[in-house]
Amino acid sequence: MRQIAIYGKGGIGKSTTTQNTVAGLASLGKKVMIVGCDPKADSTRLILHAKAQNTVMDLVRELGTVEDLELQDVMKVGYGDVKCVESGGPEPGVGCAGRGVITAINFLEENGAYTPDLDFVFYDVLGDVVCGGFAMPIREGKAEEIYIVCSGEMMAMYAANNIAKGILKYASSGKVRLAGLICNARKTDMEYELISALAAKLGTQMIHFVPRDNQVQRAELRRMTVIEYSPDHPQANEYRTLAQKIADNKMLVVPTPLEMEELEDLLMEFGIMEAEDESVVGVVEKAA
Amino acid sequence: MSETPKKIEGITKESTQAMIDTALAAYPEKGRKKRAPHLAPNDPEGSSSCVKSNRKTVPGVMSARGCAYAGAKGVVWGPIRDMVHVSHGPVGCGWYSWGTRRNLMSGTNGVDQFGMQFTSDFQEKDIVYGGDKKLRTLLEEAHELFPLAKGISVLSECPVGLIGDDINSVAKVASKELDIPIIPCNCEGFRGVSQSLGHHISNDTIRDHIIGTREFAEPASPYDISLIGDYNIGGDVWSAKSLLEEIGLNVKSVWTGDGELEKIAATHTVKLNLIHCYRSMNYMCKVMEEKYGIPWLEFNFFGPTKIKESLRAIGARFDQTIQDKVEVAIAKYEPIMQAIIDEYKPRLEGKKVMLLVGGLRPRHTIGAYEDLGMECVGSGYEFAHNDDYERTMPEMPEATVIYDDPSEFEFEQFVHKLKPDLIGSGIKEKYVFQKMGIPFRQMHSWDYSGPYHGYQGFEVFARDIDMALNSPTWKLVKSPF
Repeated sequence: MRQIAIYGKGGIGKSTTTQNTVAGLASLGKKVMIVGCDPKADSTRLILHAKAQNTVMDLVRELGTVEDLELQDVMKVGYGDVKCVESGGPEPGVGCAGRGVITAINFLEENGAYTPDLDFVFYDVLGDVVCGGFAMPIREGKAEEIYIVCSGEMMAMYAANNIAKGILKYASSGKVRLAGLICNARKTDMEYELISALAAKLGTQMIHFVPRDNQVQRAELRRMTVIEYSPDHPQANEYRTLAQKIADNKMLVVPTPLEMEELEDLLMEFGIMEAEDESVVGVVEKAA
Repeated sequence: MSETPKKIEGITKESTQAMIDTALAAYPEKGRKKRAPHLAPNDPEGSSSCVKSNRKTVPGVMSARGCAYAGAKGVVWGPIRDMVHVSHGPVGCGWYSWGTRRNLMSGTNGVDQFGMQFTSDFQEKDIVYGGDKKLRTLLEEAHELFPLAKGISVLSECPVGLIGDDINSVAKVASKELDIPIIPCNCEGFRGVSQSLGHHISNDTIRDHIIGTREFAEPASPYDISLIGDYNIGGDVWSAKSLLEEIGLNVKSVWTGDGELEKIAATHTVKLNLIHCYRSMNYMCKVMEEKYGIPWLEFNFFGPTKIKESLRAIGARFDQTIQDKVEVAIAKYEPIMQAIIDEYKPRLEGKKVMLLVGGLRPRHTIGAYEDLGMECVGSGYEFAHNDDYERTMPEMPEATVIYDDPSEFEFEQFVHKLKPDLIGSGIKEKYVFQKMGIPFRQMHSWDYSGPYHGYQGFEVFARDIDMALNSPTWKLVKSPF
């Protein structure tokens, strides 16, 4: 069983990419489980065709204690026999979402959710590793492979680099490795080249360049993955290719994150950012 | 305070420093460097504290300290008898801080006294989803079940602070709707270096939510005082209060032993605050002095010598009527005290005692041992500050060891060296030393006894010390040294 965690800047398309890729793996005959680690609980809707599934924490709240919960109450099976679990958690601004992730994953372990027939477990984790709870999926004995979803946008690259820093910390004390960048294209300038170069600098690979296609949106509106909605569409092939690449991937590295300056140099090299001109920093636009 | 420094045969500055150095030698360099300033031979005439204090405990040594929550629940809030005190968080903190200091209460349980254990009993779901709603429900239910409770305190345990629950706003809204004072106290255990911060936080919440919100029903008199920082351990308040009343003073409120919320709230109208435990309540004395112009006076009701000094000092703050009554009381009790001393002193004379208690007793009880002919050869606190040590130094004999937040190891080393006849400390130390064959009294809760305050208390104290020291049991225990 390979356990894989997906990280990346908020809104970059982690959940969409994860579910489409998992559908690709399922179509290759792989047994997969998705564990959504985000209180928004939107990591499994495309697989289950559901608005939102019952989350572990929602049921814990309803029943009173974790001990009263049964695995079948929280695990649903969707497209391609993919098993789906959402950790769930509070609405923004209250309680502790991180603890929700810890509680949910502990519950899954204690109740035998990690069955030997599984080929892959995917953790779809919210935006950033803000606290110990959201690092739970990459703790000892859990996910050892991490893919970072990013795009050619500057902030997405910053975020990817930051996540690589986090991975470096865990990699030095455990088996966690960076397995590649997934470029979820936004059609920015020189995107393919830029992310390839960033991947090289981080010591990893751009495992796949997923082109932007509105078919993803059309499928999502039907709460489906592209592979299920339109298996013959070229975008479905992209996800199948990504799935195959992940299945075959042997390149697991301890990342070499960039310093801020190196990252900016990279952007300048590709003409995304101009050489720093301190005289314009903080100066407002002149009135016309 | 004694005019000339007391001395103890065989104890010199050098011998004490050598003993400290030997104990410290066991530590790695970093730990040794950190601990060294917390241990020193006493200098009774020194102008500033001879030891460093109120610092973070050195990791790796076993400390006797508690946490901020312990200071708030166990010490300041818990003893107020007519309130419901909610330990907000998982159940253990509440349970293990429930009356462990033996702060006794009068009244009828459930009517005008609520010496019960209330907790919000946090579960996983409360951590993940937050406990604010549960707290709100709890406050309503507590008020419904115990409508006679005068108020509710909400004492935060660690997780509440970690997840950022807003108990202050819940308390504010519920207080308005239920029409009773609900006092939120952000005393999460991880705050500060010891229980001492919990006392301070609790004082601040009294300042912000309670003081000045009520008036006494009866008209003011020039003899109105309040008793601050007496937690009624084993009935201490009752003994101190009756003595103060005997000298003509009206004890209008007690903070907080057997305390009543509305009386505490009206304390801003008294003429003098008498403070027993300086460490835990000096903050509010200073607040009342600044805000309401109420002077405060430290006093010591342990042992006839100190009681006499204190009574006269208290009397000096009032007119001749009180001063006369003070003398009448002293004259009345002196012979009774002398009879007690005559009975016990022959069996206790020359015996040595070592102390390690919280924030007051390591200095306040010294006089009581000395009244019985005993000598104090080492003293220290769990969580005292510099001003406590400054008050301790003149009370202790010259060159005796003073220890701040000592580890169990250091304390044991000193005991091996000084071979005291009695140790007065806490439950964590009790069985260690008893197993060594050393008589011991648990001096946080008076070891299931008390009161020890006032003239009444001295009789109990003397009896207990004699029993501890002269019990034939010790002849059956083979001491390792």
